[in-house]
Amino acid sequence: MSEPAGSGNGGRLALEARGGSRRALSRLLTAIESRTAAAEEALRQLYPVAGSAHVVGVTGPPGGGKSTLVAALVAVAREAGRPVAVLAIDPSSPVTGGAILGDRIRMQQYAGDRDVFIRSMASRGHLGGLAGTTAESAAVLDACGFGLVFIETVGTGQSEVEVASIADSTVVVQAPEMGDEIQAMKAGLLEVADLVVVNKADRPGAERAALQLRSMLTLGDEVDGPGDRPRPKRPQVLLASGLTADGVPELLAVLDRLHEARADDHGPHAARLARARAQVEGILADRTRDALWSPHRRAETDALVERVAAHELDPYAAADRLLEQLRP
Amino acid sequence: MTDRPLKVLIAKPGLDGHDRGAKVLARGLRDEGFEVVYTGLRQTPEMVASAALQEDVDVVGLSILSGAHLTLLPRICELLREEDMGDVLVTAGGIIPEEDIPALREAGVAAVFGPGTPIGEIADFMREHAQSRA
Repeated sequence: MSEPAGSGNGGRLALEARGGSRRALSRLLTAIESRTAAAEEALRQLYPVAGSAHVVGVTGPPGGGKSTLVAALVAVAREAGRPVAVLAIDPSSPVTGGAILGDRIRMQQYAGDRDVFIRSMASRGHLGGLAGTTAESAAVLDACGFGLVFIETVGTGQSEVEVASIADSTVVVQAPEMGDEIQAMKAGLLEVADLVVVNKADRPGAERAALQLRSMLTLGDEVDGPGDRPRPKRPQVLLASGLTADGVPELLAVLDRLHEARADDHGPHAARLARARAQVEGILADRTRDALWSPHRRAETDALVERVAAHELDPYAAADRLLEQLRP
Repeated sequence: MTDRPLKVLIAKPGLDGHDRGAKVLARGLRDEGFEVVYTGLRQTPEMVASAALQEDVDVVGLSILSGAHLTLLPRICELLREEDMGDVLVTAGGIIPEEDIPALREAGVAAVFGPGTPIGEIADFMREHAQSRA
């Protein structure tokens, strides 16, 4: 936190952003990315009015067509008059901290449409396919009336599954010829998908890829016994082409039905509980760190850490002692 | 302000289809530690202004070779001011005759970088002149 708390700036930004100022919304998202005190103040105001948007994560390997597919989804939503926001994350350089944010290039046709808001975010060293403040940014867009928020992850490998803990629904985008059926058996990304889209359906091999995915994702279902242990999801596999927009209206309709089905259940669904938990845990970790390295505690904390480095104390004992000190 | 990376929009307004310079600059600024939003070819002034607004960039870098700079660049500066983004640093590069530079500066373009300008020089100019907008 780099600004004094209670400056009022965050509250004003939140109010203006809610009132429809895109400038205020944009500045607020910058504050959130920089984790300022104003951002915390704004989020405290906005959180209670967020929660109605459908937050859709779109993930998958680089070059699979995520940006093009998201642009096509935005077009379909706009035809129905629905306000849409996009958070597009690209990786930051581990060497210089710089980044090329290039997802917007596929979405520039919406300039001048006030009900489309697209924001690029650099991952800034955060692993897992997102930026560290993606969930907070999505909550702000939600509170500002965007009923549909797409989160496009960095191009992911097999295990960057964090988006599933932030989004209500997770779409994994695959392209034809991206691997045989054994790839679909591996643990990871496909297990957290609510929907798998074989994109580039205009290309040869797409039907076959979809068939292989379907058969692998359901393999052995009939011999699965009862039990309440956690199970991977059984995603529906759809064919679409972001380029020609074929299958995209159907994709959005399936997403809408997923969201509506959850709304009919009582209480928050599993994805939202997971998101809330991750948010609270994240804040707890930040607060604990701030407290332990605060000016009047820092020397004591550093001294304990030094004893761990010298192997005079084990790290568990040090952590227990530090926690003890935080108790009132 | 926090020491967040400088955020720069690199765009090519107008109709010429040669974006190598813009790409070299985008890549070079990435290596200077900037966060570079790249929107590519054939951008209208409205597209540039809208992207600058939604991305909350510190700098807008415009590459133009078509000869339409005296029309397009002042229009972009005007749109930015209308959106209350007059504090954003606007720079230009490409093929721009020396005699047009005063008019562009008058319109709000802070600097014009001709072909062959070292990227480090451009990056230093941006670091020095971008408003701190945390």
